[in-house]
Amino acid sequence: MRVSLRWLAEYVDIDLPPRELAHRLTMAGLGVDSIERMGGEWEGICVGLVTKVEPHPNADRLKLATVDLGGEQMTVVCGAPNVAEGQKIAFGRVGAHIINPNTREAVELTPARIRGVESAGMVLSERELGMSDEHVGILVLDEDAPVGMPLQEYMGDSIFDISVTPNRGDCLSMVGIAREVAALTGKKVRYPDGTYEEAGGRIAERVSVEIADDDLCSRYVATLIDDVKLGDSPPWMQERLIAAGQRPINNIVDITNYVMLELGQPLHAFDFMLLGGGKIVVRRARPGEKMTTLDGVDHELEPDMLVIANASDAVALAGVMGGANSEVREDTRTILLESANFNSASIRRTSTRLKARSEASSRFEKGLSPELSIVAARRATKLLVELAGGRAATGVVDVYPRKAQPVVVQVPRRRLQTILGLDLPTPKVRSVLEGLEFGCGWHEPDYLVTVPYWRMDVRIADDVAEEVARMVGYDELPVTNLRGEIPSIIPQPLRDLRERARDLLAAAGMQEVINYSLTTLEALEQVVPPELLSEQPPLRVVNSLSSQHEYLRTTLRASVLQSLAANLRYSEGEVALFEAARAYLPRGSDLPLEEEHVTGVISGWHEDRWGHPMEEAVDLYDAKGYLEALFAGMGVEAEFAQADVFGMVPGRSAEVRVEGETVAVIGQAHPRVAAAFDVDGDAYVFEMVLDRLLPFVRGPRRYEPVSRFPPVVQDIALIVDEGVTAGHIKAIIEKAPLVREARLFDCYTGEQVGAGKKSLAFSITYQSSGHSLTDEEVARAQRGIVERLKHEIDATLRS
Amino acid sequence: MIDELKRIEEQARAELVAAADEASLEAWRVTWLGRKGRLTSVLRGLTDLPIEKRRRMGAAANSLKQALDSALALRQEQVQKERLAIIETGRLDVTLPGRTKRIGRLHPVTQTLRDVLAAFVSMGFSIVEGPEVESDYYNFEALRIGKDHPARDTMDTLYVDITHDGEYDVVMRTHTSPNQVRVMEKTRPPIRVVVPGRCYRNEATDPTHEWMQTQIELLAVDEGISLSDLKGTLYEFAKRIFGQERKVRFRCDYFPFVEPGAEMAIDCMICGGAGCRTCDGEGWIEVLGSGMVHPEILSNMGYDADRYTGFAAGLGIERICMLRYGIEDIRLFYANDLRFLKQF
Repeated sequence: MRVSLRWLAEYVDIDLPPRELAHRLTMAGLGVDSIERMGGEWEGICVGLVTKVEPHPNADRLKLATVDLGGEQMTVVCGAPNVAEGQKIAFGRVGAHIINPNTREAVELTPARIRGVESAGMVLSERELGMSDEHVGILVLDEDAPVGMPLQEYMGDSIFDISVTPNRGDCLSMVGIAREVAALTGKKVRYPDGTYEEAGGRIAERVSVEIADDDLCSRYVATLIDDVKLGDSPPWMQERLIAAGQRPINNIVDITNYVMLELGQPLHAFDFMLLGGGKIVVRRARPGEKMTTLDGVDHELEPDMLVIANASDAVALAGVMGGANSEVREDTRTILLESANFNSASIRRTSTRLKARSEASSRFEKGLSPELSIVAARRATKLLVELAGGRAATGVVDVYPRKAQPVVVQVPRRRLQTILGLDLPTPKVRSVLEGLEFGCGWHEPDYLVTVPYWRMDVRIADDVAEEVARMVGYDELPVTNLRGEIPSIIPQPLRDLRERARDLLAAAGMQEVINYSLTTLEALEQVVPPELLSEQPPLRVVNSLSSQHEYLRTTLRASVLQSLAANLRYSEGEVALFEAARAYLPRGSDLPLEEEHVTGVISGWHEDRWGHPMEEAVDLYDAKGYLEALFAGMGVEAEFAQADVFGMVPGRSAEVRVEGETVAVIGQAHPRVAAAFDVDGDAYVFEMVLDRLLPFVRGPRRYEPVSRFPPVVQDIALIVDEGVTAGHIKAIIEKAPLVREARLFDCYTGEQVGAGKKSLAFSITYQSSGHSLTDEEVARAQRGIVERLKHEIDATLRS
Repeated sequence: MIDELKRIEEQARAELVAAADEASLEAWRVTWLGRKGRLTSVLRGLTDLPIEKRRRMGAAANSLKQALDSALALRQEQVQKERLAIIETGRLDVTLPGRTKRIGRLHPVTQTLRDVLAAFVSMGFSIVEGPEVESDYYNFEALRIGKDHPARDTMDTLYVDITHDGEYDVVMRTHTSPNQVRVMEKTRPPIRVVVPGRCYRNEATDPTHEWMQTQIELLAVDEGISLSDLKGTLYEFAKRIFGQERKVRFRCDYFPFVEPGAEMAIDCMICGGAGCRTCDGEGWIEVLGSGMVHPEILSNMGYDADRYTGFAAGLGIERICMLRYGIEDIRLFYANDLRFLKQF
């Protein structure tokens, strides 16, 4: 809502500087987003009277204008076609700040010699004053403009842009804002006058109104004005409309807009002759009914939309927009003025569905009091009589089937104290509320608060508490801490696990990324098997602004590959990224299962002693190392089992199992998939589902005492078939008695072991918790291991 | 015999001079003075000699042993000194880079979120989470934002393709506030929870708007909780996150699910309150919306709204992160450029 302070001053005295007033309003809930100063730059510019206009001696198009500035005469060169003797104009002296009409930048006015004539000032256009784009002629002021008065004082203004919250429909009006200003600064509101002479016949004889659907229309007031003369509205009204951001149209339309801005009540002026008889019916649209609104748009109406109709046809979309068939025209002589109250939800539905939001609908949808209808009708009728030369009919038509009853709220003093944390003295509460025009009675121990009709948002004691608080000032409230019992915690094991995973991966050297939860189907198709996609299609957002963010991701693998691609170009060495976030697995028409995933991607090159990339690319085992760090940190033992994973290279991917349950996958992203995400080079990916891991993450493990007896370490080198996995051998060794741990320390394939074979070397640690091992014991154990390996996997010792 | 002792002495002393480090000194000791060393074997050979000669030779051998012992000690001290002298006079180039250790970092939003949560946890709030894909009921209806409420305009909503009775009624949650209701449904006062999570708006991005955001919701319900307590809790939070010297502004605002409603702002740390681009020239930056839980919501939860009151607040973590680090474009967060992320 744009609020001109110059206009506002008509309803309330303003004795605060604009910035201070803006601050007070903001603190009280009416956020002033910006202050636009009209004339803020008008230094050195004042009102002048053109006393003489002569031709320029050396130029046909130019004139010499003599300007009286009140005791001082200046003659300047002027090129405007409309300059004339007797005009009041805006005059800029040398040194004044004006807008250069060509560059639109602020410049300082300097003396100039134009075609041989000295010119020490300038008669200014609207563009040069920064008021508008108008530059064909100079700005001509009203005849009563006082000569010599600084222009700033004569017509300067500050315009507040106020964010009115959805509960304060009453503040979408000058009077509404004036009430707030009055309450905040201890002033009284001067309400606009709505009295006029009823010079015409009785309206009741010419107009009848029927509200057929009174659930959607609680009041309908109509007045009738004959003999109006269509023309421009007076300059003061046009200026105010422009200041408020509206375009002046003609006096009739301008008056309805003006009163809407002034009082907040949307109004509509019908050409009475075009209504086809004096019958107005407020009813729901008929099935298939059509109408053209005055913006020229054809609408097909639905039966729950409210229309204003004459005996046969719809003539307006109630509360939203008038119809083209009954619009005020050049030859309009008689106006039927509508001031009605419509159901807010219905107006909102209709205007949203027809995409016909208007100033009127945005006011109705926030809720207006039906009490306002009559006030606005009288005010607008008065202006139609005074400014459009009309003759008002006697009386009004006022159909008011659902009369609003005054609302009285019982506010226990203790409730006020509880909510605010402050026990205010009764006179203070009373004066604050009365300042807002609430009635405030006292019936021990309660306040009885009568709510003024325009405050549709105040209905309960806590609403009144807010009124008191915002007038006293939230800044004035005490600052206290919570007291009382601290509730016991609500365990969140999955969240805890996720946060631990974040810490562990970061500690291991991976960088966390955060990606959007929504992605494309194409991206998901790269990493999710087609049969799964068709069986359980990912959820889709139906009104996404971008096709890039349309599907709810069911895996984070596509996202981390995208993050990788975005960074490879700038990165040297190893890139290791992870994300910990939710995947959304559809569950029919229920809310989806939101699974916690931790997904990593690794690519690039190992780094040398100096941190520079080496020839050696990262591989699967780098990725596995991170995942192992994660398991180790969680105290979980995982097995990696070769498995084909969709989107990964067969033979280079695995399922990761804990106690037989698959909790993660890992592998090299298939080069085709990598290429689809613009990933250059090999990329290794893992994805863990924390929901599946959680049951295996146990609390603190009981510690094992460190053995007092020395370990014995023996190395063993084996030759096995290439297909035998290291994990399998390790498992066999570690099952043997006395073995504490078997660690792989070499892995070789090549000529020395022959085709189809490989050599693996393990370092085996033997240790007993009960005694020092003898050489004989260890030798026996090792022989047993070699025999078992020979028997189970045909391993031979490498000599 | 005496000659042999003499030879031993000469040879041992010569070798001792040549021994220049701890290892060769130890080898020298083993060779000459060890259990199987040369001098020891001489001493052992004495048993075959007549008693008088044995005594004389024994004395001579023992004095040689003592002499060599002290020569060793002297030499050891000397070697030690020389070694220290080398270490102490040598100079390493301490500006050579260390061997690179890869450092992983958490995303700045995660770091900021954790700091914010820690501030509230230390005030007795416990952390819970809720669904990001939410029903219209929890996201709107239960918070007094009915289908036709104009406040829906302020929350451009992403709808998910799940319908009930022909209407889309599942949304990407627009705020964390649905968890007020979810928590109250499951528990009884006293309540103090803080709920972090991702939220979504259907809006175009620009330097100050992002369609995906991280928010936290604060909820406290108990007997006697007041607007002053809300103020105190939030001021304490602001002090911990933004520092003692920041100014805080608390003003009236409107959200359908609180009454009275409040908004908190801090003075702009970029311009110090004078007005700049970051604060839209206002000097203040809004950091959160809050208020007293609407009594109707408490009643709907089956709470006695005369007895219990509560407050709620919601704040955006990205905004706070931007203020902390002077980040001027919110879109940097989810572009995941390592050149940005590695700075935190």
